[in-house]
Amino acid sequence: MATKVLMEALSPTMEEGRLVEWKKAEGDPVAVGDVLAEVETDKAVMDLQARAAGLLLKQTIAPGMTVPVGQLVGVIGAKGEDIASLVSGSAAAPAPPRNPAPAVVPTVAAVATAPLPSSAPSPAAASVTAPVPTDGGTRVKASPLARKIAADRGMDLRQIRGSGPEGRIVVRDLSTLAPSLGAAALIGRGSGEPYRDVPLTQIRKTIAKRLTQSIGPIPTFYLTTEVDMERIAEAREALNARAEAEKGQKISFNDIVIKATALALRQHPACNAWWQEDRVRYWNEVHVSVAVAVEEGLITPVVRDADRKTLREIAAEVRELAAKARERRLQPVEYSGGTFSISNLGMFEIDQFTAVINPPEAGILAIGSVTAKPVAEQGAVVVRRRMRVTMSCDHRVIDGALGAAFLKTLKAMLENPLALVW
Amino acid sequence: MATLTYRDALNQALREEMARDPDVFLMGEEVGVYQGAYKVSRGLLEEFGPNRVVDTPITELGFAGVGVGAAMVGLRPIIEFMTWNFALLAIDQIVNSAAKMRYMSGGQVGVPIVFRGPAGAALQLGAQHSQSFEAMYAHIPGLKVVMPATPADAKGLLKSAIRDDDPIVFMEGEMLYNVKGEVPEGEHLVPIGKADLKRTGEQVTLICYSKTVAQCLKAAEALESDGISADVLDLRTIRPLDLEAIFASVGKTHRAVVVEEGWSFAGAGAQVVDEIQRTVFDELDAPVLRVTGADVPMPYNKQLEKAAKVSPEKIVGAVKKVLYLE
Amino acid sequence: MATTKPARRTDTKLAERYREYLRQMLLIRRFEEKAGEAYSLGKIGGFCHLYIGQEAVGVGCLSQLRPDDYITTTYRDHGQALARGVSARAVMAELFGKATGCSHGKGGSMHLFDAPRGLLGGHGIVGGHIPLATGIGFAIKYREQDRVSVCFFGEAAVNNGAFHEALNMAGVWKLPCIFICENNRYGMGTALDRATATWNISERAASYDMSREVVDGQDLSEVMAAMDRAVVRARRPAAPTLLEIRTYRFVGHSMSDPIHGHYRTKEEVEAHRKRDPIVIWTERLKAEGVIDDAAYEQMDTAIKAEVQDAYEYADQSPEPAAEELYTDVYAPTQAPAMGVHPSS
Repeated sequence: MATKVLMEALSPTMEEGRLVEWKKAEGDPVAVGDVLAEVETDKAVMDLQARAAGLLLKQTIAPGMTVPVGQLVGVIGAKGEDIASLVSGSAAAPAPPRNPAPAVVPTVAAVATAPLPSSAPSPAAASVTAPVPTDGGTRVKASPLARKIAADRGMDLRQIRGSGPEGRIVVRDLSTLAPSLGAAALIGRGSGEPYRDVPLTQIRKTIAKRLTQSIGPIPTFYLTTEVDMERIAEAREALNARAEAEKGQKISFNDIVIKATALALRQHPACNAWWQEDRVRYWNEVHVSVAVAVEEGLITPVVRDADRKTLREIAAEVRELAAKARERRLQPVEYSGGTFSISNLGMFEIDQFTAVINPPEAGILAIGSVTAKPVAEQGAVVVRRRMRVTMSCDHRVIDGALGAAFLKTLKAMLENPLALVW
Repeated sequence: MATLTYRDALNQALREEMARDPDVFLMGEEVGVYQGAYKVSRGLLEEFGPNRVVDTPITELGFAGVGVGAAMVGLRPIIEFMTWNFALLAIDQIVNSAAKMRYMSGGQVGVPIVFRGPAGAALQLGAQHSQSFEAMYAHIPGLKVVMPATPADAKGLLKSAIRDDDPIVFMEGEMLYNVKGEVPEGEHLVPIGKADLKRTGEQVTLICYSKTVAQCLKAAEALESDGISADVLDLRTIRPLDLEAIFASVGKTHRAVVVEEGWSFAGAGAQVVDEIQRTVFDELDAPVLRVTGADVPMPYNKQLEKAAKVSPEKIVGAVKKVLYLE
Repeated sequence: MATTKPARRTDTKLAERYREYLRQMLLIRRFEEKAGEAYSLGKIGGFCHLYIGQEAVGVGCLSQLRPDDYITTTYRDHGQALARGVSARAVMAELFGKATGCSHGKGGSMHLFDAPRGLLGGHGIVGGHIPLATGIGFAIKYREQDRVSVCFFGEAAVNNGAFHEALNMAGVWKLPCIFICENNRYGMGTALDRATATWNISERAASYDMSREVVDGQDLSEVMAAMDRAVVRARRPAAPTLLEIRTYRFVGHSMSDPIHGHYRTKEEVEAHRKRDPIVIWTERLKAEGVIDDAAYEQMDTAIKAEVQDAYEYADQSPEPAAEELYTDVYAPTQAPAMGVHPSS
């Protein structure tokens, strides 16, 4: 039974895709999950995966062509199968999303577990979950019970790897907590809710309005502090020496900053929030967006639950995400959903800079280089390695004192590494 | 509680019901003087006399029809087929007369008859003597199909069947006649249409009847060492099915394997699978699998016959499949 | 096939009974003619087998029975039903499939039942009901009653295994059964001599140690006499009888069959029509002064009206309710619809 290959929404906001290159020729055998083609989206070049097995009987568009999401781009089937009827049908309108989870239900649990919250507030969420055509191709295989549980919990089945036959998602796949580096299995965290929304009070509304007028869309203020990195540097050297000997993962200053920031945010949840027009969303989870420079500019892959990961895990993940980012291979889930950002230009010998906030996040930390400097200590001048961090805050969400308190904690953690596990 | 063989449990049921109701009589080949081809009717001729324990010529169609006729005017016949293989000759009377009479007559004429005898395979009896036809009879509206697995169920169900006002296809098993089990003392009636959980567990439901019940219990025992516990649901009645019990068990375990002796195509188990997928689809974490006899006429050779039959190993294999453990 | 010489009938009770037999035969004749008409108008569906020409067999045999005797017959059962006293209305309504039919519309032409009158169908499988009759005879003997189990079937059924098995058991167990073979010479479209090794059907009774007679089925008095002997034989102590009653059907096997079809000639049919059982009986009654032309006309007119009334009654009767689809599959003592599996 032949199945259609359709242009899929490979990013949450994608409306059309440009076929860059076919990776399978007409007549090539195709297994489920094979890369059929590279497609350029509004954000990156993504892989279009085969959802069925068989031969790629037909490519209906050529490289360079741009087609809307949902349009037929090819057909997979058995050798010699008559596909005339499939090919004749042209652009199929995107079918409504099969997975009922995120779209319409505004319940806290449902939306928070969705891995594609980038347009969470607006009803555009309905179209965010990529349109899944009803015939062949992109259907997710899952047991009826797994479907039911996933629907109840608001989980997106397409983010879950199935261990059953032909990739069928079964109940045990839903309970796997181990995040694989890639599309992570996203499960609601125990009994806690991932965030809570607090509607704006009058004061906040006023501040928002007035500050916006004076400064621009996001009323930003900046806080800078200089952190003594001597102990961190020593600790890091020791750890990396050990890692070298064991051929393990080395860690960078940035990795440490990410971890410290995440832990500090746990203590200052007011900074771990999103501006949502008529409310502020305080996240109970910490996902740190890490700015990565790529050829075209900047992208921020997200280290999820950075507060719960070890330094080595963070280090490995950041390397991988950065590599992917540079190769323009990031999945939407990998660059969405951050609750706070970090940008590090230390490698460019920038002492200090102010970073631009990544909406809807409320804060971003700009990290400068770690340099040896003379500092005053108990009346004497000593040379210590120092690092300047500048925090940009959305004044609608974070007031000066709140931001300062957070920075103070962060600084304390970095200057006394054991405070990381205090 | 007494320990009886399945055979003796049936004998008790016949004896008790014939003593209780003078309209009950037993008819079939060798049921009287010979004491029953499988000795199920041992001693009955001596106790009740030749009017009530009637030996027939070898005329399945004829005496099945005689039974139906007698039932039409109010007697309660028990027609014994030496085996259900031979009952094929009587199908016209079972299906066209017994099953239809009440409906065709607009409710005027009922047929309170029990057709009983051993069904299924024994050992090396060959193609014509090893068949299990419950699916065919269960297909027919107007009939009930009952298949007890244990001595207690055999006694209780036969008594209920004799008292039931509808035509009943009552299938025993030659390989079951010697099975021993505890049978309650006194008036022991088992309701028709009610399944029985012979073992409880959490991970999978084994749905079975007649000879496959013991095999499922063996399989469940073996699975325990793998940490898998199973519900073993003995259907006891094929038509009507105890859907409530089936759905309750599958609702708990989310996985089912249906085990039957007969052939696969359109077997009684296929109806069970259909009912499950139709009604409790969302409870399933895996497709419902079936374990059946091989889709061939029964071979004579011992090893081939073994290969053709259901076994606890085959059941364990199916369980592991539905648990994605293969 | 001798006919008795008629004498003037002075016994008024007997005369009444004889007129009653004429009425019954005429009722069957007019009813069947009307049923044929109704069938052609689409009021009756499926199969419809008419008894025209065989009236004397049904009426004659049933005239010798008691109300507590039992009757089983074939799908050509309208005649037996009417002769047994089922009203023309109830039979016609059943043919029309209405709720007021004797089988509540669930049986149809081939399955007429009237349990209180001992009419136990109306069966569609050739020979299939003969063992039932044996079973009924068995039950009578079992209960030590002196009732009779009467079974009608055609001559083609005697080649059937069920016939053999049933008669053998009736013979070996000495059951109060009267097996009536309505030999109308044709099993549907197959003449007797093509299908049957020995044409003298009654001889088969020898295989079953059973009494037997060959009877001229167009002569009501012959039929009654033979039946009387069989009934006496059947009541205590019981012994079965095989009656071969030679008759003829003037119309086709069923409404799907033309009057003579390919398997018999028009001339043959015409020749047999000359021995119309109603005419023969009427002539005799006239000769004995039991009835005259005017009375006959009056009777016929009344019967035609009765049949017309039955037609209209059937036509206006309600269909069975939709729920009736699922009733009477199992005994009402059980939970409703137990054992009936809904299809969705």
